[in-house]
Amino acid sequence: MSFAGLVLDGLLALSLPVLAWRALSARDLYRAVILFITFGVILALAWARLGAPDIALAEAAIGAGITGALLLNTVGGLSRKNDKDDERPDEPTDRVGRPWRTRLAVTVPVTILAGGLAWAVLSFPAPVVDMPSLVGEAVAEGEVSHPVTAVLLDYRSYDTFLEIGVLLLAALCVWSLGLSAVRSTAPEAVSGSPVLAGFVRLLAPAMVVSGVYLLWAGTSQPGGAFQAGAVLGALGVVMVLTGLLVPSLGRGGVVRAGLALGFAVFLLVGVVSMLATGGFLAYPEGFEYGLILAIEFFLTFSIALTLTALFTTVPPREKGGGA
Amino acid sequence: MSSVDMYLLSGVAVFAVCAYALVVHAHLIRKVIAINMMGSGVFVLLTAIARRGDETDPVPHAMVLTGIVVAVSATAFALAVVRKLHEATGHAYLPEEGEDAPPDGGGG
Amino acid sequence: MIPALINAASMFFVVAGAFFFLAGTVGLLRFPDVYTRLHSLTKADNTGLGLMMVGLAIQSGSILVALKMALAWLFVLVSGATAAHLISTTALKSGLRIWRKE
Repeated sequence: MSFAGLVLDGLLALSLPVLAWRALSARDLYRAVILFITFGVILALAWARLGAPDIALAEAAIGAGITGALLLNTVGGLSRKNDKDDERPDEPTDRVGRPWRTRLAVTVPVTILAGGLAWAVLSFPAPVVDMPSLVGEAVAEGEVSHPVTAVLLDYRSYDTFLEIGVLLLAALCVWSLGLSAVRSTAPEAVSGSPVLAGFVRLLAPAMVVSGVYLLWAGTSQPGGAFQAGAVLGALGVVMVLTGLLVPSLGRGGVVRAGLALGFAVFLLVGVVSMLATGGFLAYPEGFEYGLILAIEFFLTFSIALTLTALFTTVPPREKGGGA
Repeated sequence: MSSVDMYLLSGVAVFAVCAYALVVHAHLIRKVIAINMMGSGVFVLLTAIARRGDETDPVPHAMVLTGIVVAVSATAFALAVVRKLHEATGHAYLPEEGEDAPPDGGGG
Repeated sequence: MIPALINAASMFFVVAGAFFFLAGTVGLLRFPDVYTRLHSLTKADNTGLGLMMVGLAIQSGSILVALKMALAWLFVLVSGATAAHLISTTALKSGLRIWRKE
């Protein structure tokens, strides 16, 4: 690797912990969230450098984008309800500066932990099993040629199945807390701006196209259901923020069915394939490509919807009232 | 030191910094950010490990991709719980040991 | 001869783009108020990104890739302009005064 590349990697590797530190010790929460988003973007760059474009895409859209929006909206919501003169959320200022004894009592074990971890990761033994070539062989047998997608949906589809389950569960948990509806905490000048509305109208079709492209491209190159779902979910969040999509007025049943669809289709394929071949999610031969693409399609839809639902935090009301 | 080594150490440093902040800071949103970033530190570690051999190992990549989605789910749920706590008590931090309510007494 | 020319041209554009990014960042750090900072960020970074895209498009040697880059630049331009407009409108409405030399 060239010297310039090494310097770039060094800078990225150094800025990650520094940004994390700055974000967590920032004096107000708003600044902390902005630094968190910056951290996410730098992280995406680091992953692009580490040869992981799939992760970089997901991080930029989910880690920095959607998580950042979630944090900003929560911080904004807390400070609005606070009704104090300064618009910052209540911060126990007396607690931020902990006594030095407490800090020392935390610093020492953390330093020892970090030292041990650093020693451990630098003295990793060489891998015993040659995973890349094993995956390569498995991928060569299958029809999905992009290794990461193949691992996610063919080789280790069980993980992905549970993951969509976690996403669904998180949405259900958030709904069950019975929070009041999230309103955009953006000032009127922003949420009512014709410029923003026009921008979102321009953006929406482009994001739908790139989402579908990512889904389709995922079988042979970086991309796939999660990246596509992240892009469409980000679009959902933007539309909620600008008021183009009013979450509480949707058709409750349709939204609920949409949330469960990805999980349900995955489960159905798993059970049917178990009956057909004897192994859960062991796709019958000749059907792999079609089945994987079908699962990915429904996954994308449900992921996008779930990410939007996690942002709005309230279940849609059934048509004609009711909670 | 190779690039991979630098990223390995970077992941460890992010994890340690966030572990410290998780314990020291009282505000729950800071704790949520700290946990989320701790996860990112682990992801950096995993991706760097994937890069050690001659070929990039796709298995850790798939794990990290899964991890990012699980992290956003957990973060969204945690933030919803923080909001609920704030609605119920007027504060977004937990009482210290030995106190019943936060010091400026807006609880209840 | 031709590859050398292509390399030189793309290097020129990328370095020029990097210069604009640097100028935009210096502006962000040094300018006195939100409005001037926004001005420096959006103007310099949009130009910088455009120049870099030109440099990389020459290097790619494919019309399709070049078109994708142009499209990406277009989206950055539109979103940058929208974001700058929203930030400055909000700043103005919330009563942030415009800096004047005293």
